[in-house]
Amino acid sequence: MSKNALRYDLVDDLPLDCGQALGGAQIAYETYGDLNADKSNAVLICHALTGDQYVASAHPITGKPGWWERMVGPGKPIDTDRFHVICANVIGSCMGSTGPASHAPDGQPYAMRFPVITIRDMVRGLVALLDGLGIEQLHTVVGGSMGGMQALSLAANWPERAARVLVIASTARHSAQNIAFHEVGRQAIMADPAWADGDYYATDASPDNGLAVARMAAHITYLSEEGLTEKFGRRLQDRTSKSFGFDADFQVESYLRYQGSGFTQRFDANSYLYITRAMDYFDLAEEHGGKLANAFAGTDARFCLVSFDTDWLYPTAESRHIVHALNAAGAKVSFVELSAPNGHDSFLLEHQQLDRVVQGFLE
Amino acid sequence: MSEFNLRPDLAVIAEHVASGTRVLDIGCGDGALMAELEAKRQVDARGMELNPAKVERCVARGLSVVQGDANTDLVDYPDKAFDYTILSQTLQTATRPDRMLDELLRVGRQAFVSFPNFAHWRTRTALMFGGRMPVTRALPVSWYETDNIHHVTVEDFTDLAGSKGATIEQCWFFASEKQIGAPAVNWRAEFAVFQLSR
Repeated sequence: MSKNALRYDLVDDLPLDCGQALGGAQIAYETYGDLNADKSNAVLICHALTGDQYVASAHPITGKPGWWERMVGPGKPIDTDRFHVICANVIGSCMGSTGPASHAPDGQPYAMRFPVITIRDMVRGLVALLDGLGIEQLHTVVGGSMGGMQALSLAANWPERAARVLVIASTARHSAQNIAFHEVGRQAIMADPAWADGDYYATDASPDNGLAVARMAAHITYLSEEGLTEKFGRRLQDRTSKSFGFDADFQVESYLRYQGSGFTQRFDANSYLYITRAMDYFDLAEEHGGKLANAFAGTDARFCLVSFDTDWLYPTAESRHIVHALNAAGAKVSFVELSAPNGHDSFLLEHQQLDRVVQGFLE
Repeated sequence: MSEFNLRPDLAVIAEHVASGTRVLDIGCGDGALMAELEAKRQVDARGMELNPAKVERCVARGLSVVQGDANTDLVDYPDKAFDYTILSQTLQTATRPDRMLDELLRVGRQAFVSFPNFAHWRTRTALMFGGRMPVTRALPVSWYETDNIHHVTVEDFTDLAGSKGATIEQCWFFASEKQIGAPAVNWRAEFAVFQLSR
């Protein structure tokens, strides 16, 4: 059964890579399925940049189904009749875990006083939650995209905490191109006058325009050219001829605007700044003496990596790079590149081969 | 009867893999050999397979298999990372069988290689009297669609192993799914299995 709107108050201050510590931090999480007596059936699902803990239950703001309901649930590949699934909002985010919109000890929102966090800091928070729940070793840690970075970070830094590590459409480091797209998004937010150096929480205004543009730019990177062409082509939106103006003449423009504005309803602009920064800072090899294989030295976990042939955000070469390091470390690793038309977003969409790989790996 | 429920060339390989060792099965297909070795020899088995559908089946049965091309991706493995490397019925499909053999002997302390023998009498007679590329029981696909781009005989392989400085530890020969003795094997063997070291 599903347990909703759970909150865990961290007992200790959370030490951060930047040298500061986060006091009084809270982690918001959801669980699905029962934990067995010896606590050996826990599966931690790590969410992506703009994801949240509502992996298999309705989003409280949008009312939309959970973001991975096709994968997680009774009888699904991640079967909640068998596994106790945990999904927690990462610190820095805005769905209940401590982030820039949360109140600092002085009672005011942190805003830009929130410390810059890393992927490893997010995982520290998740490990603190597992400690609190008394779960010593996860059956599996699963993540797609930024969730995959967290799964890799957990495997590298807390190798005893997960027996299986499933990484989908992810990478061990952000490339220059990845950072570049994120910088476009951040600059769009910061160029919005309503951003006000991040101090917009007490005002009626918020940098929705900037955040929407950031989402629009990022959304393009989640899709493939083939997918965009198939879905929209050059078709016009609700009109028969071009307007010779700057309305959303094309369907693809209308779609992106809709995606952008919808996103501002559920996401905090400052969280977007902090989380994209954490992703840009991610370089698992750098944390381990410049050699990715060192990150996994001595690991007993089984790994499975999946990439998609049309994903140009985190292309197959990035997964192969991780596989190479895992091989060098002597780790048990499986890898498959799946064919899918929808680019990076393929991991969230219907894909029977992905289902079989996920289900098989969790056996 | 072998204790292994496998194709004869795979069964003879499985029988000669020591318990508790590390094995890389290159071109592992659906993982039949790996599964048997893990179950009956407690080996730490890894696989490489080009076909994603087969990789998916391997992962689904709990095997550690990486989708990859043996022609290019063996370079990713450290020297002597495995006790055994296994290449079954794949050498003759390699872009450069000589280089692949080098990689097998670099990555593994020992290598098992199995291949169809092009000098089997059926092949020879088909070519001699038919005047066309042989289509036989052991080589059932026409020349224009076969994956076998580098046909090899027992004698050729023995020479290649020698030129690579490899030691032939053991070899086995098969005809009609049964193991046969050494006399005139280059005429009589449909398939050969070599165990090499360097």
